[in-house]
Amino acid sequence: MRNKLKMILSALAGVLISMGPAFAGPNGDVRSSDWQIWLQEPASPTADRIVAFNGQLMVIETLIVIFVMGLMAYIAYRYSAKNNPVPSKTTHHVGLEVAWTILPIFILVGITIPSLKHLYFADRTPDAEMTLKITGNQWYWNYAYPDQNNLTFDSIFVPDDELKPGQPRMLTVDNKVYLPVETNIRLLMTSADVIHNWAIPSLSVKLDTVPGRINETWTRIHEKYVGKTIYGMCSELCGVNHGFMPIAIEAVSKEDFAKWVKQAQAKFASDDPKANVIVRLASAKVTR
Amino acid sequence: MANAAGAHHDEHHDHYPSFFSRWFCSTNHKDIGTVYMFVAMFAAIIGGGMSWYIRLELAEPGIQFIQDKQFYNVLLTAHGFLMIFFVVMPGTIGGFGNWFVPMMIGAPDMAFPRMNNISLWLLVVALLMLLISAFVEGGVGTGWTVYPPLSNSIYHPSPAVDFGILSLHLAGASSILGAINFIVTIFNMRAPGMTLHKMPLFVWSILVTAFLLVLALPVLAGGLTMLLTDRNFGTHFFDPAGGGDPILWQHLFWFFGHPEVYIIILPAFGIISQIVSTFSKKPVFGYLGMAYAMAAIGVVGFVVWAHHMYAVGLDVDTRAYFTAATMVIAVPTGVKIFSWLATMWGGSIEFKTPMLYAFGFIFLFVVGGVTGVTLANSSADLVFHDTYFVVAHFHYVMAIAAIFAMFAGWYYWIGKMSGKQYSEIWGKIQFWIFFIGVNVLFFPQHFAGLAGMPRRIPDYPDAFAGWNYVSSIGALITAVGTLLFFVILIRTYASGAKAEQNPWGVGATTLEWQVPSPAPFHTFEDQPDMSGKAPAE
Repeated sequence: MRNKLKMILSALAGVLISMGPAFAGPNGDVRSSDWQIWLQEPASPTADRIVAFNGQLMVIETLIVIFVMGLMAYIAYRYSAKNNPVPSKTTHHVGLEVAWTILPIFILVGITIPSLKHLYFADRTPDAEMTLKITGNQWYWNYAYPDQNNLTFDSIFVPDDELKPGQPRMLTVDNKVYLPVETNIRLLMTSADVIHNWAIPSLSVKLDTVPGRINETWTRIHEKYVGKTIYGMCSELCGVNHGFMPIAIEAVSKEDFAKWVKQAQAKFASDDPKANVIVRLASAKVTR
Repeated sequence: MANAAGAHHDEHHDHYPSFFSRWFCSTNHKDIGTVYMFVAMFAAIIGGGMSWYIRLELAEPGIQFIQDKQFYNVLLTAHGFLMIFFVVMPGTIGGFGNWFVPMMIGAPDMAFPRMNNISLWLLVVALLMLLISAFVEGGVGTGWTVYPPLSNSIYHPSPAVDFGILSLHLAGASSILGAINFIVTIFNMRAPGMTLHKMPLFVWSILVTAFLLVLALPVLAGGLTMLLTDRNFGTHFFDPAGGGDPILWQHLFWFFGHPEVYIIILPAFGIISQIVSTFSKKPVFGYLGMAYAMAAIGVVGFVVWAHHMYAVGLDVDTRAYFTAATMVIAVPTGVKIFSWLATMWGGSIEFKTPMLYAFGFIFLFVVGGVTGVTLANSSADLVFHDTYFVVAHFHYVMAIAAIFAMFAGWYYWIGKMSGKQYSEIWGKIQFWIFFIGVNVLFFPQHFAGLAGMPRRIPDYPDAFAGWNYVSSIGALITAVGTLLFFVILIRTYASGAKAEQNPWGVGATTLEWQVPSPAPFHTFEDQPDMSGKAPAE
C-alpha cells in the first residue's frame, strides 16, 4: 500500500518535472536555464534524493491547493446569496473537526519520515576520500586542499567587462575549484570575516561559513559531469558584493584531478604548500 | 443629554477636544486607532515605494538604477523593517485592535488610555529613527535580521546601525506597552456575561498576539542591547575573536523572529474570521477549535525558531527536531482553513469587497502554507534556503496575506470608523487589480527560487531574467491597485455615502454594529449585559 502510494507520487512527480524545460543548463554546464521552473539537475547522491523528495512534496501540495480551491469555488457558487438565500445554522460537527485535525497529521508524518532520512544522509560522510576546505571572505572564496599538500588559492568574481565569450555573466570566477567525480569529498567551511554561505543547488549543498566555527558536510559528484562546470552563488547576505561572489566547480576525472593538482601547485606556488592554512588566512586579511 | 438613553450617546452630544489635544494627546482608543492606521499607511507608502524601486532594478539583468549596491541592501533592509514593524503591526494591532477590541467586548476604552498614547508616539519616534538611519553614512545594509558580524562595527561602522537598533528598541517598547494594555483590557473589562468563550475571534486573536509580544519582544530587546554594546562598548557577545558567537544572535533573534510572524498573521486570522462569518450570515464554525487553534499556534510558534537557521551548521539531531516541530504548525493552521470553509458552507454569501478579500486571503494563505511545508524540511532547505522560493513563500503566507486582511478590515469597518461608506464597485475593482498584481508578482518567484536564484542580490545571472521581468510587471499592477486604494480612501472620506449603523445585515452580530456610524467618541459607558447571549461570533 505504502509502496504503491510512493510509486504513484513518483510518477506524478515525473510528469511534473517533464513539464519543465530540459534539465541541463546552457553549454551543458550545470546552472539554471531561461524560464526554468524546476530544481537544477541533481549531480550528487544527496541532490538525487532531494530533487525526488521535492517532487513528491510538490505533488502533495499541489493536490491540497487544488482540493481547497475546488471547495472554495464550489462554495462560492453553491452558497452564494443568490443560490442559497437561507443560511444554515450548523456550527459544530465533532466528526468533521476531528477528521481535519487527524488527517493532516498522517500526511505530515508521511512527509517527515523520508525527510529526516534524507537529512541524515546529507549531513556528513563517514568515509571521506578527500577534504576541501572553504573559507568565505568579503567577497571571494578561498579553497584549500589539505590532502594535496595544502594547495590553496582564491577564487574571485570576474566582472562583466572582463568576461570571455561563452562565460556566463554573474557566475564566472578566475580560478575554478577542481573536484574529482565519484569521490566522497568532505567539505569543511569557515569564514575569515562575516557569515557567507557556500551553496551549490545541483549538489544540494548549502552551508553557512561562520567565523570562529568549522562546519562540515559532504558531496560526491556523479561521473557523467566530467568536464562540466557546476555553478553556485553565495547564499547569505554578506555585504555590498554579496551577489558577486559566485562558485564554479570544475568536475574532472580522478586522473585529471591529479594532473590539475600538480599544475595548480606550480601555479599557486607563491604560497608555501606546507604552511599552516590558518596562519596564511590571518595574514591574507591584512594584505588584501 | 435628556434623550441619551441606552449604551451610548448621540455623536452630537460628544465633547471633542481641540485638534492638537485630540490627535496628539489622545487617550481615546478610537482616535489612537485612527492615528495608528495613518502611521501604517504613511509607512506603507515608503516601504512599498522601496519594494517597487527594488523590483524596478530587478526587472532586467544588470545594474540599471541602483548603482550603489550598499543602497540596494539598505532598501531591502528598510523595506522589511517598515513593512513588519511600521505597517502590519500598527495597522492590525494598533489600528483595528485599538478601534475594535474595546467595542467588541463592550468596554468604554482601553484599560490604560494614557499608556495607549505612549505606545503610539513611541512608535512614531521609532519610525523617524528608522528613516533617519537610511540617511546616515551609508545606512543599514544588513537585512532585517541584522546578523553579526556584518552588523558589527567593523563591517558597518556608521551610526546608521545604532539608529536602527534604537528604532527597534523603541518599536519593541511600544509594542510591549500596547500588548500589556490589550491583555489587561481583555481580561478585566469585558461586558458582564461575556466570558472568554463568548469573545469574538478578533478579540481572541489580539489576546494571543499580545501574549506573543510580551514573551518574544524582551528577548529581541536583550539581543539588541548586546549588539549595541558589542558595537560601542567593546563587549564580545557575538564576536568569536573575543569568545562570543555570531550564532547566539541568530538564536536570540529568531526566538523573537518566529513568534513575530505569528504576531503579524494572528490578527489577520481574527479579521478574516469576523468577515467570513458576517458575509456568510452564519456563526463561525467550530468556534472553540478556532480560538484554541490560535492559542496552539502561539505556543508552538515559540519552539520552532531554528527552522530559520537550518543552514548555519546546527547539529543534525537539532535540525531533525525543528523539522518535526515545524510540521506541527500545519495542523492548527489547517484547522483554521477548514473551519473558514465550513463557516461558508451552507451560508448565504454576499460577495462584498471585504468578503472578496477574505477569499483572497484564504487563497494566498493556502498557497503560502503548502510551500511552508516544503520549507519546514531541513533536507529540502538544502536547496531552498535563502532563495526566492523563500521570498515567495513568506510574502504569500504572511506579508501579502496580512495586507489582504488589512484591506479586508478597512473595507469592512470604514463605515464604522469614518461614518462614510466606500464605493462597492470601486472596492471590487481595486480587489481584482491587487489580487492579480500580487499573484503575478510573487508566483514567478517560486520558479526563480526553484531554479536557484538567491535572495538579496541586486543583479542576477541572465537565466533568471524571464521570471524576474514577469515579477516586476506584477509589481507594477500591484502599484496601480495600491494607488487606487488611496483614491478610494480619499473619496470615501471626502464624498462617501453616509454609512448605516449596520451595513452588512444579519450576519454582523458583534457589538460594534450596535452603535451608530461613525462610532461616537465614547461608546459603552454603560456596559451591555451579554449574559444569556450565544458565543459572539
